[in-house]
Amino acid sequence: ADIISTVEFNHTGELLATGDKGGRVVIFQREQESKNQPHRRGEYNVYSTFQSHEPEFDYLKSLEIEEKINKIRWLPQQNAAYFLLSTNDKTVKLWKVSERDKRPEGYNLKDEEGRLRDPSMITVLRVPVLRPMDLMVEATPRRVFANAHTYHINSISVNSDYETYMSADDLRINLWNFEITNQSFNIVDIKPANMEELTEVITAAEFHPHHCNTFVYSSSKGTIRLCDMRTAALCDRHAKFFEEPEDPSNRSFFSEIISSISDVKFSHSGRYIMTRDYLTVKVWDLNMENRPIETYQVHDYLRSKLCSLYENDCIFDKFECVWNGSDSVIMTGSYNNFFRMFDRNTKRDVTLEASRENSKPRAILKPRKVCVGGKRRKDEISVDSLDFSKKILHTAWHPSENIIAVAATNNLYIFQDKVN
Amino acid sequence: MFVRGLKRKCFDGEEDIEGTLAGIKAIPSYNLQRQSLLDMSLVKLQLCHMLVEPNLCRSVLIANTVRQIQEEMTQDGTWQMINTQSTGQASLDRLVSTDILCRSSRDQAEGKHVPAYGTFNKDFESDQAQDSSETMSTAPSVQAPRNLQSNVWEMDNPQENKGNFQKSLDQIFETLENKSPNSVEDLFSEVDNSYYDLDTMLTGMMSNTKMGHCDSLETFSSPTNTASNSNCKSDLNDLDHIVEILVES
Repeated sequence: ADIISTVEFNHTGELLATGDKGGRVVIFQREQESKNQPHRRGEYNVYSTFQSHEPEFDYLKSLEIEEKINKIRWLPQQNAAYFLLSTNDKTVKLWKVSERDKRPEGYNLKDEEGRLRDPSMITVLRVPVLRPMDLMVEATPRRVFANAHTYHINSISVNSDYETYMSADDLRINLWNFEITNQSFNIVDIKPANMEELTEVITAAEFHPHHCNTFVYSSSKGTIRLCDMRTAALCDRHAKFFEEPEDPSNRSFFSEIISSISDVKFSHSGRYIMTRDYLTVKVWDLNMENRPIETYQVHDYLRSKLCSLYENDCIFDKFECVWNGSDSVIMTGSYNNFFRMFDRNTKRDVTLEASRENSKPRAILKPRKVCVGGKRRKDEISVDSLDFSKKILHTAWHPSENIIAVAATNNLYIFQDKVN
Repeated sequence: MFVRGLKRKCFDGEEDIEGTLAGIKAIPSYNLQRQSLLDMSLVKLQLCHMLVEPNLCRSVLIANTVRQIQEEMTQDGTWQMINTQSTGQASLDRLVSTDILCRSSRDQAEGKHVPAYGTFNKDFESDQAQDSSETMSTAPSVQAPRNLQSNVWEMDNPQENKGNFQKSLDQIFETLENKSPNSVEDLFSEVDNSYYDLDTMLTGMMSNTKMGHCDSLETFSSPTNTASNSNCKSDLNDLDHIVEILVES
């Protein structure tokens, strides 16, 4: 099994897609809840697996293009088939996942094995009929959107008009129409004329969930820009600019690095945006640009270890964050296979662990605690014992239920609310 | 990368560099830390030329950190301060620091004993378990000795060095733009001769990412052949010893 690089529920929560470092996509489908076992809620089983991207070689630059899937985004379902976008560093692909459970039989010109019949032997004509067959799930690439990005794609986002989507790399954002693969519009370009002057890159981007003209993008300097596509073809001028003033008491050489935003997500309501930087998660009100309305500490105990984390490159880890269906709880990952949930209403938070050793299937997860002071209580884990190779970067929350998917390196964990 | 937790912080408290280290006076801890951070950052920037295109966001963040340190050092006149130190020690310092740089990451990972200089007792941990394309990104945890190396550079010409930092940064971004096979050489092309030893080592590492440890140590051993100090000689013997073992195995 390969390292999972993205996790995403579809709009109904019936399907869960994962992408991995080897370019594969694995889709899980939720079992129908059976009347016989009402206590056993639908579990997720493998529905389809396919190779989305292959490694490529850029001959011009003498560089490999990784096949790792950076993001998967589902399209809302419009017919019996499912559609999703998957992207690696350079190319976005639209995949159609469809079921086939019938097959035509009784062709006139072909026999059952597909061999051509001798026309002179045919004496009767018949109408082919559809007969049931074993369910087969096939994935076919329907569109390939290539050659539009010089830099590495970090985000894709489907627009609420369901006709367009955007792809963002380090310096540019392009707008695509699903039907057109040989053209895209460049809507944001922050590349300086002189690359030596480059000091800021785009780290994430997303369309507003309801307003198809609005999108946001975050930067490595901890800022978020909201843009309106109606104002200009090139949205280099933001409509809103979100930035929190720096806290002078916390200033260090690492201040900028830890302020770099690794993920930005609109709330389902469209009223708020959530951003993740190295140590915190922040919730912003779209109407207030000068500071976030809420800030949650994910693992503040790492603040004194920043130099070591810089040395081993962990400080550059890009954690994602997610909202629950009602926007009341937010979740993000941490190290040691820990992930954190913050309830925005009660202001309570919990740390949980995704690990086979420390929890049995169907057992309730025990809250974990990291001890920062000298005295370590039983069951607490000290900061120095944390395993920094076990990082939870990707998580997903079911759109309406309390079911979460957590990717811990090459394992996928699915957790549900306790059933009473 | 740490496999199992963080054992210790990068900066641990006050470490005076005593007089045994070739007579350099004790440097205030903050400056020491800042210098080592600068060195670490430069190494990170220069060693990100891999088979896959380097992560632009990471490079930009590191470059910004370097600029920030550089600006601060200019502001509080640290350049001037280092310049007042005795230049007669220059050649010796260079030998000391280059030898320490000679320790391959493998030695560090295996915790091989390489003789320390005076109070310099860094226990190199098994860090940087990065993916194979970065196997030769060595010496990231070398701190105080690299400080000496930079002191050497600064002693020679602080103004020029400042310009060189800026040039290095600019060149890094240019090379990120247009990948040239000689990108590492380009970075050092306008640097003065005192950089030469580091250059040899880094280019040796970069161009031979798959070479055996033997070869890498041989590349390193050339600078140390000029050793005259007894400490350096013992290290040279150690290196030979290590080379012998590797050759036999």
